[in-house]
Amino acid sequence: MRLLGFITVVLLGGLLFHLSLDFPDLGDASSPAATHVSPYYIEHTMEDTSVPNIVTAVLADYRGYDTLFETAVIFSAGLACFFLMRISERTAPKARFYRHLPTGLTLRIEKGGKIPEDTREFERIDSVWVPYDVIITMTCRLVVPFIQLFALYVIAHGHHSPGGGFQGGVIFGAAIILYAISNNLRRTLRRMSERMSALFGSVGVIIYGGTGMLCLLLGAGFLDYRGMASLLGVDPVSARSYSILIVETGVGLAVTAVMVWIYYNLSSAGKQDEGL
Amino acid sequence: MIWQLDLIILLIVIICGIAAISIRDLLGAAIMFGAYSFMMCLLWSIMGAVDVSFTEASVGAGVSTVFFVAAVFRTTRRTRD
Repeated sequence: MRLLGFITVVLLGGLLFHLSLDFPDLGDASSPAATHVSPYYIEHTMEDTSVPNIVTAVLADYRGYDTLFETAVIFSAGLACFFLMRISERTAPKARFYRHLPTGLTLRIEKGGKIPEDTREFERIDSVWVPYDVIITMTCRLVVPFIQLFALYVIAHGHHSPGGGFQGGVIFGAAIILYAISNNLRRTLRRMSERMSALFGSVGVIIYGGTGMLCLLLGAGFLDYRGMASLLGVDPVSARSYSILIVETGVGLAVTAVMVWIYYNLSSAGKQDEGL
Repeated sequence: MIWQLDLIILLIVIICGIAAISIRDLLGAAIMFGAYSFMMCLLWSIMGAVDVSFTEASVGAGVSTVFFVAAVFRTTRRTRD
């Protein structure tokens, strides 16, 4: 069976390599893409949309339909993780562990014992070994706001530099995941609950689809942002630029929420009680 | 661009890819996959695709490695084959 698999991989890989010889060279000026497709975008993007970064314009405007469904795919990935992994039954664990923060003592409380309140002095910890390090916790707490600020910059500055909704959203989600890793899952869930991440995920997709529908209602085609000109009170070229920002915000919101949502389910095996 | 550098990075990509599927420790495989993604990100930026490189760095090397580590943490580090 292994040999069969190996032969299949070698054959298919060899076929792939052989076919890739037909590809045009990197930077070949006479390839079909360089003669028909790219010149149009390079010449017309600035006057069509007033967006200097052509990649962003192609992603969110010319090929906005693709990106809409990419966002929907990411949302359904989050949904699939939720349906596969989430365990909703709340059976109380056999024993709970609490840490007395000023002294670092760990308490093990059996089922039915008196549970200390989650105060400044007592904090519930996971039953597997959890290191508690002030330096790591404080450093991550200091770094997280700056990462989030950078993520917002990446989303908002996608018109001029590399970046956009996907990258910014992933960075924003990574900041929240960093908080979850350096502190614990319960504390993160208190800041951003599962319900909130599900809501944000769907709202992001709705913002994108809603922008397209709004264009349709205002008399233009679906996702033809020129229709937004009368609503935004600007000329059609600026309207396309602004609408790209609206759409990218929706993408960023959806991607952030879905990344955090997947992490919640994955790191706690669906219980969302104790996690990494 | 410097073709020697290009070649070295491409070699590291191949080595990381082979190591990621042949290593027995799943945590190690996750880390190898992260290294693979980061080297791919360097290759994208050498080819001038900065947006793709950015996405690869944030999604491939960043978040997906965290997802792998979280999954390994919840399951097992050993693989049977």
